Amino acid sequence: MKTHNSVSRLELANITKQYPGCLANDNISLTLMPGEIHALLGENGAGKSTLVKTIYGVVAPDKGDIIWDGREVSIKSPSIARDLGIGMVFQHFSLFETLTVSQNIELCLSKAQLNNIGDLADRIKKLSAEYGLNVDPSRYIHSLSIGERQRVEIMRCLVQSVKLLILDEPTSVLTPQEVSGLFDVLRTLSKEGCSILFISHKLHEVTEICHKATILRGGKVVDTCIPNEETPATIAKMMVGELAEQEAGYIKREGTNVIFSVTNLSLPSKHPFGTALKDINLTLKAGEILGIAGVAGNGQDELMAIISGEDARNVKQAISLNNLDIGHLHAGERRKLGMAYVPEERLGRGAVPDMSLTENTLLTHSDGFVKNGLVQWQSIKNYTQTLITKYKVKCHGEFSEAKSLSGGNLQKFIMGREIGQNPKVLICAHPTWGVDVGAALAIHQALLELRDQGAAILLISEDIDELFLLADRMAAVCNGHLSPLVKTEHTNIDQIGQWMAGTFINNTSVCAQEQEAKA
Amino acid sequence: MDSDLIVQILFAAVKTGTPLLFIALGEVICEKSGILNLGQEGMMLMGAVVGFLAAYSTGNMGFGVLAAMIMGSTMSLIFAVLVLQLGANQVATGLALTIFGTGLSAFVGAGFVGQTIQGFPPIAIPLLSDIPYLGRILFNHDILVYFSFGMTAVLFYVVNKTRIGLTLKAVGENPNAANAIGIPVLKVRYLAIMFGGAMAGISGAYMSLVYTPMWVENMTAGRGWIALALVVFASWRIGRIMLGAYLFGLASIMHLVLQGMGWSISPNLLAMLPYVATVVVMVIISADHFKEKLLAPRSLGKPFDPRNMA
Amino acid sequence: MIRIQARTEPSSLMKVASPLLAILLTLIFGGILFSAIGKSPSQALHVLLIAPLADSYNIGEMFVKMGPLLLCAVGLSLCYRANMWNIGAEGQLLAGALGGSAMALYFIDSDSALALPITLLAGIASGMIWAAVPTFLKLRFNSNLILTTIMFNYIALYLLIWAVHGPLRDPQGFGFPESAMFTDATLLPTLFENSRIHLGIVFAILSGIIGWFILSKTHLGFQIRVFGADEPAARYAGFNSKKLSWFVMLFAGSLAGLAGVSETIGPIGQLVPNVSPGYGYSAIIVAYLGRLHPLGAIIAAVFMAVIYMGGDLAQIEMGIPVAVVSMFQGILLFFLLACDFFINNRLSFSNQATN
Repeated sequence: MKTHNSVSRLELANITKQYPGCLANDNISLTLMPGEIHALLGENGAGKSTLVKTIYGVVAPDKGDIIWDGREVSIKSPSIARDLGIGMVFQHFSLFETLTVSQNIELCLSKAQLNNIGDLADRIKKLSAEYGLNVDPSRYIHSLSIGERQRVEIMRCLVQSVKLLILDEPTSVLTPQEVSGLFDVLRTLSKEGCSILFISHKLHEVTEICHKATILRGGKVVDTCIPNEETPATIAKMMVGELAEQEAGYIKREGTNVIFSVTNLSLPSKHPFGTALKDINLTLKAGEILGIAGVAGNGQDELMAIISGEDARNVKQAISLNNLDIGHLHAGERRKLGMAYVPEERLGRGAVPDMSLTENTLLTHSDGFVKNGLVQWQSIKNYTQTLITKYKVKCHGEFSEAKSLSGGNLQKFIMGREIGQNPKVLICAHPTWGVDVGAALAIHQALLELRDQGAAILLISEDIDELFLLADRMAAVCNGHLSPLVKTEHTNIDQIGQWMAGTFINNTSVCAQEQEAKA
Repeated sequence: MDSDLIVQILFAAVKTGTPLLFIALGEVICEKSGILNLGQEGMMLMGAVVGFLAAYSTGNMGFGVLAAMIMGSTMSLIFAVLVLQLGANQVATGLALTIFGTGLSAFVGAGFVGQTIQGFPPIAIPLLSDIPYLGRILFNHDILVYFSFGMTAVLFYVVNKTRIGLTLKAVGENPNAANAIGIPVLKVRYLAIMFGGAMAGISGAYMSLVYTPMWVENMTAGRGWIALALVVFASWRIGRIMLGAYLFGLASIMHLVLQGMGWSISPNLLAMLPYVATVVVMVIISADHFKEKLLAPRSLGKPFDPRNMA
Repeated sequence: MIRIQARTEPSSLMKVASPLLAILLTLIFGGILFSAIGKSPSQALHVLLIAPLADSYNIGEMFVKMGPLLLCAVGLSLCYRANMWNIGAEGQLLAGALGGSAMALYFIDSDSALALPITLLAGIASGMIWAAVPTFLKLRFNSNLILTTIMFNYIALYLLIWAVHGPLRDPQGFGFPESAMFTDATLLPTLFENSRIHLGIVFAILSGIIGWFILSKTHLGFQIRVFGADEPAARYAGFNSKKLSWFVMLFAGSLAGLAGVSETIGPIGQLVPNVSPGYGYSAIIVAYLGRLHPLGAIIAAVFMAVIYMGGDLAQIEMGIPVAVVSMFQGILLFFLLACDFFINNRLSFSNQATN
């Protein structure tokens, strides 16, 4: 770290932000020097996102001061933030898919900035070469991979000569190889004096690249540290409070007979910006967990939809359960045959936000609760209460609306509801995404218990660590292709990472995006 | 049919299509910002009655048009406040606006039914009107038709070539992202909705000042709804809206064509034609679901509340 | 300093209070409007709201108007609960009137006991067909339901006008665009002597109860509610969206068709061009005012019928244009949507200024 002068780049003093029912930021103070890479750590809901949105002018704080380059400023909007030299790369990208790269960048620039730059496309090409970003200004966003889109976001900040770059969980959407490319860019920027505020919960990354770290919990700063003097375990302790129960490793199982299979499944995308599935083959054995790794948007949603029957196109021969073709059946009929699902989107798909937990139980579990077309509300109510107790779902009661539950508690409820139907096959997408450590542990154990009872589980996740922890066999998806299936103990993070980037695909042209990205 | 009759029919198609063109141009801008305003019929009727009253009482046609535009905008402002500020459902609010406008226009215009005024006179544009056939079809109209030509050109340029157009598209595709990078989403949407209102107003004024020219209750006869279908038909593209408006115009004067060909069909059955045509067109256009998803503004009709951006 | 704050939980008080508040605000607005045009607001509101309930004849007429409003509104409540934006109750009502009248004319010389039920069924079937076409177009070709149902309203209207000018016109009617008067075999019986209240109101109230039963007691009703509240969840749960769409649309079409035929073989007694003073459109407001709840619709339909009656009386007694009715309806819905904002938000009063 080079300190160009002694004046801090950014200083936050007593930032406080109250949301209804939640104190998101509670007297947060933080200092950032020029060229410093500063990690902002904390569990989901610790207040990281609110804090950086305050710095970027998206959220107005209720209280507190922001000091920029030694003078107090009031950042009322993102354009003011950009004028100061603050750039931000959002977790959910703020790009417009129907516009080109340079149009997207243009929208972030003021008239004066545009005049200074002159030819925007030229500037993009020049910066792209300088930082190795490989961004083509004339391409439409919807034709870009996730990694490329992130580089467009970074480019958006570089074009306006950024002095502070904020990245909100930038690595969660990248393959391991792309992550190291990103870190090279960040190190270069840091050497040039640009400060970087880096939100993450991947601790080994923080210790690798960050100079300083601030740890938030429940909206408060609970600790600060120099990451390379710590280990991931000691930082984790600061984040969670008391030492969380460590998930060291679980017994791997073989599985018995093949109960579910997908054979030669190719399917064009239904949506203009979706991914086509290309010759997918997989088998799932009773009593095993099959993990599928992959960066979001590589066909996971499409695969899940066709397996569940939500995508109602007839693929009769391609999907079979217990040697029975089910590819032509409705989603409801497949459920009756013993399939269950835990979707990625828990509120709005896995549960109806405005309905009570009782009603949300009935959503997928009607067996035994409907007589002659009439709903037996009392017995569902009783059953829902047992689910709440068994899975330790924190809520006011079975009458609580789904949207009033925290993400982790709602996920435990959904998981319990699906497991309660004694499924033969459970398809589970990103089960612990955005869930606190305690709930994640409970969800992992519920999955393993279900496996040990003989159910087959297909686990789709972006979190490689989670897959290595739980899965008995693994594969990866890239651009609609599925890699070979291997036993977890016969592979490693590096190989899965390579597969996520598409190296298993013979025909190199089909995964051109990824190839190009590495070129 | 001889060529003279064809020219007459096409001339009438342009004239009949003009109110549809105005209102659909307004609606497409509104929809591009992500807002579906089903209140078109109500705004158009208010534009028609207020335009007529203003022109009738002042004797100044231009004043009538101006009053109609202001009225249309004011009506759309009610919609905008409910939808943007109070997060009301766009479909329900639009329906309320149509029901309200239908009633209010009949209420306000009750005393003026059957009064007539001198409409805008046709102006032949020198040189252009001398072009064989085309001159008589396109360049022998009243001033509002020329205004609609100009408006189409201006909007085409603004939407496709300027930063304003880019901002509009961005807001319509992803208001959350637009908000995050500092585009004032609500302001853009207010302006788009009110522009739509003004265009609906002028469209109504065209009905009561030029097309008929008088005020009759419910005189727009569903044109506000047809315009909504027209926007889908045109895949949200300005140029195709103009083409579509004239095609719909042609469909509504089909009875002239059929009479010209010597057919005699009950006028009540013929009156159904524009509506049947609209349904048929909707079916043909929407059948390609994939394409429609690609072209429609992605946040169309969905609520957006910047306060929820926690 | 007044600030708007999101509530942590929706207010159940406001859910009930919002329609009442909306009615109150509409009345205040009406009072101001009447003063502005030089009419006495108290007299106008008296004529609009109190006079329709002042004597037994008026109350009877109020029930006559309430029947079709409620029948249409119950069907629409189910449609809107399922997110099916059916704006076509008016067309379905007209289709029911047309189909039912054609059947009633077929039975004009009959005294069969089956004549009435068959006429009613013809009306119901016509309404269902008129709802079925846009439903089919939506499910098969993905066409916009709002626009197709609206277009079908216009098509039904011109079809009906064509019929009374042509095939269904009374040959002895001196060329007036009206059908012959129907005979007793196909006329709905009235419930009381010296009143026009007929069996239609019984159908209407029954439909409200059936609608409520379906929505809150049956699995089908639960699926409808999920489908409307959260379509991705309905697809995830494996509900058959086509079946649900067909059910609510045909249910609404049959009720609107029943409303149409009940008008022609009830209070009118023949087919005329203006069967409906916009009942199908007003039913949208009734459905909303009743919170898309079939039992709520019963109360809302009473209110709307009073306004309809009041509008007629106001025109006769005070020379206020009858269009005031639909204007009030629009304003009522505006106020309702505005008041609903406070179900999920509240005003907070504080001395502290915001940054």
